[in-house]
Amino acid sequence: MMKNRKQIKWGFLFFFLPVVLWLFLLIVLPHLELLRLSFTKANTGKLSLDNYFAFFREPIYWLTFVRTAGYSLLVTFLVMVISLPVSFYVSKMVKGRYVGVLMILILVPFWVSELIRVYGWMIILRESGLINHLFVALRIFKEPIELLYNDVAMVMGLVYTSMLFMVVPVIGVMDDLDDSIIEAAYDLGASKIAIWKTIIIPHCAPGLVNGGIIVFMLVLGSYLTPNLMGGKNSLWFTEQIYNQIILYFNWNQGAAFGFLLLALSSLIVWVLLKVTKQSLKEVVK
Amino acid sequence: MIKSLPSSKKYRSGFTIFIVLYFIFLFAPLIVTMVFAFNESMYPSLPWNGFTLKWFFGKGPKIVGIFHDKINLRSLATSFKVAISVTILSTFLGTCAAFLFEHENFRFKNALYFLMIAPMVIPGVILGISILMFSNTIGLFIENHLGLYLKFLGPGFPLVVLGQSSFISTIVALVVSARLKKFDRTLEEAAYNLGANRLEVMWFITLKYLSPSIIGGAAMAFLMSFENFNTTIFLLGSQATLPVNMYMQVRDGSTPVINAISLLLILGSSIFAVLNLTKGSKE
Repeated sequence: MMKNRKQIKWGFLFFFLPVVLWLFLLIVLPHLELLRLSFTKANTGKLSLDNYFAFFREPIYWLTFVRTAGYSLLVTFLVMVISLPVSFYVSKMVKGRYVGVLMILILVPFWVSELIRVYGWMIILRESGLINHLFVALRIFKEPIELLYNDVAMVMGLVYTSMLFMVVPVIGVMDDLDDSIIEAAYDLGASKIAIWKTIIIPHCAPGLVNGGIIVFMLVLGSYLTPNLMGGKNSLWFTEQIYNQIILYFNWNQGAAFGFLLLALSSLIVWVLLKVTKQSLKEVVK
Repeated sequence: MIKSLPSSKKYRSGFTIFIVLYFIFLFAPLIVTMVFAFNESMYPSLPWNGFTLKWFFGKGPKIVGIFHDKINLRSLATSFKVAISVTILSTFLGTCAAFLFEHENFRFKNALYFLMIAPMVIPGVILGISILMFSNTIGLFIENHLGLYLKFLGPGFPLVVLGQSSFISTIVALVVSARLKKFDRTLEEAAYNLGANRLEVMWFITLKYLSPSIIGGAAMAFLMSFENFNTTIFLLGSQATLPVNMYMQVRDGSTPVINAISLLLILGSSIFAVLNLTKGSKE
């Protein structure tokens, strides 16, 4: 009996120790260090709020921050709007055996790395790109126009790279929607718009929120897409972090920026969870 | 509207056009990237100068194909090394975490679980910089107090592996947990009653049952590590991984050799994806 008990404890430690080491050495302590450095003046090691003051003093910093947050919300909204009809089609309009094929077609592009997908858009959109070649040849454009390096291209790129994280949860909830409810509404004379507004969208709300949290977080923290598709003077906040740490070697300022980004993303995720009364546990599943 | 309901022709065709446009939107950049790998031109753009395989097999001097491109091949090898190490480490950590949170009970379990899923909502950039800063501080501390310079605490291969594993382990843990939840623990008891010891039960019963999800989790880990950019960029030493190396070429103006690499990677990850998806749907 005694022996058995001791063995069980060893088994527990075998699982417990690696997990605790991972979470403390790679998550908790690094983030505490990030916080400490952000409240420390560069080179002197003294406690100060300078890094945060610099953020509010320089319009370029907080403007980038606000812009990044605003565009992330816009992208999240656009992704929601596009994913609804796509999910509806796959879940309700396609006949049985094509569903699997369509699902594979929807999922496969997202296994390809973000960099390659963005590169593809660059080949299509840039001044010497595909669209310009075609439109000039068809005489729609007189001369090539730069379609890349602007906010519209960047937003489209971000929508493209984060689409999957909305489509999958929304198809999930759409599958649970009983067809007979839509049929009943139809029989009682409801218009298509009314059916969408009062039945389909409210039913899909949990999936939309789950997808929204992940999409918002990914877009806010993305680097490649805004960097390669956005304009030269339209920075993303992750680029500000990169510049401080890699280019100016001002780690304390970079730490403050990093912490602000983390605070923003946590705040928005928290608000979305509170509003919809869900726990993080259910969302990441 | 739905299959069982009549709807106007206009509505139906409008919907179909939307879906067709959506799929063009999905696949256009991938197809375009692949096609330009075969264009005999120094730039990945029109005009079409004819079909060539030089961007794969070219030996120079003008066109060096991917199979002779030393820098890109070296970064590919680096990425493989990183991805294999991350897969091993995060599969181990993730599986441990799955057992810990599904089968054990202890104080602060909920708090620890919250910590484990937190990396899912922390931007990768922030994981990268915080790990960089933390290991740098430890390195400085050891250097100042013990007079030892530990190279592995500076940016480089070990830090990249640790940084990527910090969040990829969570993904493996979630995948393995999902299957472990459905595991019938009476099977373990039966094995104990038949005289198996703890290790034998673990190996022949529990891990055997879990193996599809462990393999699936490991495959995800490999792919996510191979494609990671945001965390890696801050932890890198002198050896660039493939995504970082490709990024620099794309940013500064690329030749179709990038298309050739992309084509290989697209084919690779598509096969990976289809295998994974069709296997998953059978279960």
